[in-house]
Amino acid sequence: MQAVEATDIVKTFGDVVALDGVSLEFEEGIVYGLLGPNGAGKTTLIRVLTTLLKPDSGTATVAGVDAINDPVGVRTKIGLAGQFAAVDEFLTGRENVEMVGQLYNLSKEEASSRADDVLERINLIDAADRPVRTYSGGMRRRLDLAASMVGRPEVLFLDEPTTGIDPGSRLDLWDLIEELVEGGTTLLLTTQYLDEADRLADRIGVIDHGKLIDEGTSDELKDRTGGSVVEVHVAEQDRSTAASALTPVAGGELITEGQAFMIPAGRGAETLTDAVRALDDVGVKAQDIGLRRPTLDDVFLTLTGHRAQEDSEPDAEPARRGRR
Amino acid sequence: MTVRTTKPRKRVKVSDAVRHTAVITRRNTLRVVRLPQLLLFSTIQPVMFLLLFNYVFGGAISLGGPGTPTLDQDYINWLIPGILVQTAVFGATATALGLTEDLGAGVIDRFRSLPMARSAVLAGRTFADLVRNSFVNVLMLVVGFMMGWRFEQGALKMLLGVSLALLFGYAFSWVMATIGLLAKTPEAAQAAGFLPIFPLVFASSVFVPTQTMPEWLQVFAENQPISVLADTVRSLMVPEEFLGVLGYDQGQLILQSLLWIAIIIAVFAPLAVRQYRRSVG
Repeated sequence: MQAVEATDIVKTFGDVVALDGVSLEFEEGIVYGLLGPNGAGKTTLIRVLTTLLKPDSGTATVAGVDAINDPVGVRTKIGLAGQFAAVDEFLTGRENVEMVGQLYNLSKEEASSRADDVLERINLIDAADRPVRTYSGGMRRRLDLAASMVGRPEVLFLDEPTTGIDPGSRLDLWDLIEELVEGGTTLLLTTQYLDEADRLADRIGVIDHGKLIDEGTSDELKDRTGGSVVEVHVAEQDRSTAASALTPVAGGELITEGQAFMIPAGRGAETLTDAVRALDDVGVKAQDIGLRRPTLDDVFLTLTGHRAQEDSEPDAEPARRGRR
Repeated sequence: MTVRTTKPRKRVKVSDAVRHTAVITRRNTLRVVRLPQLLLFSTIQPVMFLLLFNYVFGGAISLGGPGTPTLDQDYINWLIPGILVQTAVFGATATALGLTEDLGAGVIDRFRSLPMARSAVLAGRTFADLVRNSFVNVLMLVVGFMMGWRFEQGALKMLLGVSLALLFGYAFSWVMATIGLLAKTPEAAQAAGFLPIFPLVFASSVFVPTQTMPEWLQVFAENQPISVLADTVRSLMVPEEFLGVLGYDQGQLILQSLLWIAIIIAVFAPLAVRQYRRSVG
């Protein structure tokens, strides 16, 4: 069964078109990464799929249930961890998770045993009986994640799970999400970090200006951008010699990027060997030479014409008041 | 938009809605219990009002004037019933604050993504504020008792009076919920919440008899709900022989109070629910 099936979702806020006909589909058991800059429409799409927002038009089913006409049905099958840890400062970690469990219509006992279970999985069991106001930012995010899992959702939605937390906690959270996924959880996560999508997602959708502009595995997206390059760094005095030696290897298309030469590596490692040999022949020692796969950042740049973390974009989602 | 409905849409069962409301009420109440500062400051203010009004204005007010029925020197017995209503109404502003805070922290989004009754979020909030208001009002009575307040018509009628004040505060929580959801931020909610409260509380019989007010104001003051409530609670606490002097018809007043409570809930609960749906998309 498809975990999510959305067709032609349009959502406008006044004059701002937040979602401009997005269609998205993925099957159960995978991690789908929605990658895009601030204001691309990621959060709006999550809000539509999690029944927080009715789209202007389009259809969506989540875990086989019509998200537009049967929101309560969908809510029994999903978990959501939003951009801000929606946990209660004055309750303990355990009370927070138990409360959400009870709101999933679990009995008190069941909510409590499941709370133990998810807190264990999320490595918060030792801090479970402390009030949340003593938690660090990373711990809060983990607790939020625990709360979103207590109902054993068929599809879990994580909206920018690592935004605003320190790099160490971010790595922890990645490990945790990877473990979750090994357990077979279907996950839709949004991110503006390319490394995050690269590491966690089985499939990536690139979203910009309310449109899904490309989709595929990380490798597919990279290949579509033109594949690998050989990147060569040489000493300043060797630059002209190296350039003339490398031009034939590059088939006449030697690209200079800053201090480095870029050679389109159509034949992968073979191109690399050729480049090393060519430099050797003219007696130039490379300071650094290597085969470089394009990063998702390159992909994003190719697809959208701008970098992923550019902040000059007008925010397509109206600032939600009162948010921190 | 054309839609095919394949399966019947799921609804939240009433029994579940009741359970959800209890869960949310508990959560909101725990917050007050766990943060004693919150309770402390929300009780200091009403107690301060009580002390200030009784000891600063009380003497002057008790002097009365020709045709102003006061309770001879016993201003505290005039004041306590009124201030119970005033405290319950001021306390209702916590509903607006709590909702806007939850809205801002993303807690409401979490709730809305759960298969829980929509109404439980608002009902749980207003019930928790009723619990807190009850605590504060009991404290007011204790302080009042030490200051010389007495109830003269038996405990049952006194309790009926306190309950009516609290019920009215509960009804006002729905007004505050509507205002809070319109205002969106705690700061705006705080400011907007007190806008209707100040004229209603001060141009009323809460602190002083309305007879000395200019005529145009009297018309408003005597007919607005807070006066009705204050008079009702007072009619249930002062010695029975004063009822005539004060012009109170107890049965009539109780009826009017219940009517006001019902009207306010009937108008503002649906408004609040509608605004809740809107403000969260």
